[in-house]
Amino acid sequence: MADDNRGNRPLSPHLSIYRPQMTAVSSIMVRITGIASLGLALLVVWWLLAAATSEGYFAIVDGLLRSWFGSLILIGATWALWYHMLGRLRHVIWDFGYLVQVEVSNKMGLGMFIGATVLTVITALVV
Amino acid sequence: MRYLTDRKRAEGLGASGSGTHHHWQMMVSSILLVPLVPLFIFTFGCALGGTHEEVMAYFSRPFPAIVMALSLIVITLHLMREANAAIEDYMHGGAQKLALVFAAAFSYTLIATGLFALVKLAL
Repeated sequence: MADDNRGNRPLSPHLSIYRPQMTAVSSIMVRITGIASLGLALLVVWWLLAAATSEGYFAIVDGLLRSWFGSLILIGATWALWYHMLGRLRHVIWDFGYLVQVEVSNKMGLGMFIGATVLTVITALVV
Repeated sequence: MRYLTDRKRAEGLGASGSGTHHHWQMMVSSILLVPLVPLFIFTFGCALGGTHEEVMAYFSRPFPAIVMALSLIVITLHLMREANAAIEDYMHGGAQKLALVFAAAFSYTLIATGLFALVKLAL
């Protein structure tokens, strides 16, 4: 039964003694980029609302978003959204039962970091 | 002798109380992100940089308006569930419930405000 070994199982060492691994880092980044994207969606909605309100209000918000600091945040948000999309795609691939080997997962993790960066550069060039 | 099966005793004890439906929702919205995120990024990116008249004219076209509306709904709800999973994992008790309510209020307000602005721009 399920409680045959209750209280006598080997305990996992605390997370902090592990060397950071690609699988763990790439996974937590999916969560961080997801939550960051939700927060930064506020900027997009604010900009839309400003555009719908008046020309003067739009000029203020548009100016903020297109300032050097605003551009920096938008480029960060773009990277986060691309990364999150790739990370979630990896979850879907895993859930269908493919590419679950550690070496392949490590490669996909690296691919997510590189892929998100390449896609962000392409976005910055195109837009 | 136990009358409850192992499964019956384990059910509902996960961080969220019920994970199967949430997992399936995440699968669906994760797949939807693959076409929607590129469409959103390039649609919004093309709008950004225009004058006020250009932005108003841009969103009165069907394609950009529909892409933005879809993104506001589908991506925001996906990200809300992403935040919910994190809240369920790391917070407990009353703080967890308050955080879940806050995440829902924030996300639904974003969607409603964004859609209102889009409708006003498009019509």
